Amino acid sequence: MPAVQETIEQVKAIDVDQYKYGFVTDIESEKGAKGLSEETIRFLSAKKNEPEWMTEWRLDALRRFQQMEEPDWARVSYPKIDFDDLYYWAAPKSVEGPKSLDEVDPELLATYEKLGIPLAEQEMLAGVEPKNRVAVDAVFDSVSVVTTFKEELKKAGVIFCSISEALREYPDLVKKYLGSVVPVTDNYYATLNSAVFSDGSFVYIPEGVRCPMELSTYFRINEQNTGQFERTLIIAEKGSYVSYLEGCTAPQRDENQLHAAVVELVALDDAEIKYSTVQNWFPGDKEGKGGIYNFVTKRGDCRGKNSKISWTQVETGSAITWKYPSCILRGENSRGEFYSIAVSNGYQQVDSGTKMIHLGKNSSSRIISKGISAGRSQNTYRGLVSAHRKASNARNFTQCDSLLIGQDCGAHTVPYIESKNASAQFEHEATTSKISDDQMFYCLQRGLSEEEAVALIVNGFVKDVIQQLPMEFAVEAQKLISISLEGSVG
Amino acid sequence: MLEIKNLHARIAEEETEILRGVNLTVNAGEVHAIMGPNGSGKSTLSYILAGKDDYEVTEGEVLFNGENMLDMDPDERAAAGMFLAFQYPIEIPGVATMEFLKTAMNAQRKARGEDVLSIPDFMKRVKAAASHLNVSMDMLKRPLNVGFSGGEKKRAEILQMSLLEPKLCVLDETDSGLDIDALRIVSEGVNKLRGPERAMVVITHYQRLLDHIVPDVVHVLSKGRIVKSGDKDLALELEKNGYADYVDTAA
Ligand SMILES: Nc1ncnc2c1ncn2[C@@H]1O[C@H](COP(=O)(O)OP(=O)(O)O)[C@@H](O)[C@H]1O
Ligand SMILES: [Mg+2]
Repeated sequence: MPAVQETIEQVKAIDVDQYKYGFVTDIESEKGAKGLSEETIRFLSAKKNEPEWMTEWRLDALRRFQQMEEPDWARVSYPKIDFDDLYYWAAPKSVEGPKSLDEVDPELLATYEKLGIPLAEQEMLAGVEPKNRVAVDAVFDSVSVVTTFKEELKKAGVIFCSISEALREYPDLVKKYLGSVVPVTDNYYATLNSAVFSDGSFVYIPEGVRCPMELSTYFRINEQNTGQFERTLIIAEKGSYVSYLEGCTAPQRDENQLHAAVVELVALDDAEIKYSTVQNWFPGDKEGKGGIYNFVTKRGDCRGKNSKISWTQVETGSAITWKYPSCILRGENSRGEFYSIAVSNGYQQVDSGTKMIHLGKNSSSRIISKGISAGRSQNTYRGLVSAHRKASNARNFTQCDSLLIGQDCGAHTVPYIESKNASAQFEHEATTSKISDDQMFYCLQRGLSEEEAVALIVNGFVKDVIQQLPMEFAVEAQKLISISLEGSVG
Repeated sequence: MLEIKNLHARIAEEETEILRGVNLTVNAGEVHAIMGPNGSGKSTLSYILAGKDDYEVTEGEVLFNGENMLDMDPDERAAAGMFLAFQYPIEIPGVATMEFLKTAMNAQRKARGEDVLSIPDFMKRVKAAASHLNVSMDMLKRPLNVGFSGGEKKRAEILQMSLLEPKLCVLDETDSGLDIDALRIVSEGVNKLRGPERAMVVITHYQRLLDHIVPDVVHVLSKGRIVKSGDKDLALELEKNGYADYVDTAA
């Protein structure tokens, strides 16, 4: 509730262009050669001192990518991307690899501070409530600049580091799981990512361990003409638990920037992974110029019995979003959840949803999707729920609600259901509504301004999903949503 | 406090006039009842006072404490102390009643340049007001008006009215959909708010509400005009003879 008030303050503080993360950090950076080639990949792999097998893995992905066609089934449209006109490696010059906090370039620390991301461990340690502590992996362009609380996590046996570091320190773990959930040839952008991924986070929770704090990664694209291809891998061993949050922002630039990430989650017996995203890449300006192309493959494998993976996403940014965080419910009794808020305004195009693939007996899943469209945006929910022959008693509940603000936007719901097992029970509910004039008038009569009224009604609409977010981020997410919708009424 | 002078209004972009020259003055401390047959323009008048933009004022003026009210936005009118208890309160899904109350109170306070309420202060006020109106904690946690019974909706309206402490209260058919017990609770809630600083306009179709909320003046609205005014006995007369006489006069 205080979030509503804060939202308004926040909204007021913002000038014409509402995106407040649009600044550019002036820092000397090093870039690889432009273009997608074997040479680019060898350069990148060498930069990161990767093992030989990794370089080969990448080169194999590149060869496969060159045979593939760009998919066109999503309800999004954009000019063809020239992959040879992009840089695949950019790093702040001062960074050689993740360092301790006091070695990090102050300019970088200032950047994260400006973004409101807590990197200082001291400050956090001083906090009274230990549950508010969050360990952060900060990724700037192609590299991870720092990971906080590493030592403390290590004591609990938790590994939390950049994937580059993991490749050097824990190559066997990476080799065992990398590509085991999202195969190299899964789809066009995943294959591209497999060839050129630059950095990202690696998390390993050992058997029986409940990760002692929230883990989170903040991605920041700073460089121009640079694609960001991060790769995240999270492994939860038997009976372990982890909650992970990712956030992303980028400067305001006139040209479009490509972001093609892959996230793989593996949950073994009785393990639980909670993965939350607050995605706020630059959405483009009022005329629809610029903004991030966000083409992301996220998939979780509930590999063990009684395992659980839950995706929660708040999507407010990007010019184009193409992402379907999914669960493969392989384990008996496993559970997948997808909670999503996708906000589109201006000329944004969102095509997002989930896949719940039921393979194991008694597996269950739940999908709650809230799409909010305003301006001239298009917002599509695309989902697949399927039950394999052996998935007896598979259950799914899906609820897709769309809220339209204004006359020029669109909301679309494309649910696919496939069941090869007669005992599977799938339920689907969908609604489309508008903020009615009567609701607005009622709120105004009680003294709310138009902005406050929209914020309140929208917060009510997304409440079921906001409740799924870790407490510390729920308020932030509400703010973001309201900011994204600023100027959508009146 | 409220002066309505020769008010003419129609549905925006339509020809037919709904209000055809309404004159009404309500002073601080007074309670005026407006009675009239269905379709005579009672709700229209209340909506125009609150600033709903479906209606277009074609002639006349409305002064609220001497200021031209028709120039103010609905939220400005609210902050200035105008409250409308809706005939059909609107559902706000997902927004707990409690949350709505707090948002509304603080929005008005901020508009008036006052500090926002502290949580304990807010809770104290809500609890006191809610207990008088027989509103439970459980109801306060439910989304506003969603799945509320007719009686609950009307009690929620009066709860908002007591917390917002308006100067001018307009109640549109607050008695409709209430059984005898609910009618008593709601009326008591309204009577508590009567005071020398406050003016009330109570719109109703039936006389029975006015047994509980005894008005100083009763007006009969018919076909968009006030055709007769009198004291509380006028309501009793209407109850006995119906509106037929007045419908004819207005024609
Ligand atoms: N929004 C509207 N659109 C069309 N007609 C309306 C609207 N509001 C009121 N009217 C018409 O105006 C007249 C007065 O209505 P109303 O003010 O609701 O009367 P009352 O509240 O006295 O029953 C009726 O004929 C009604 O049909
Ligand atoms: Mg009416």
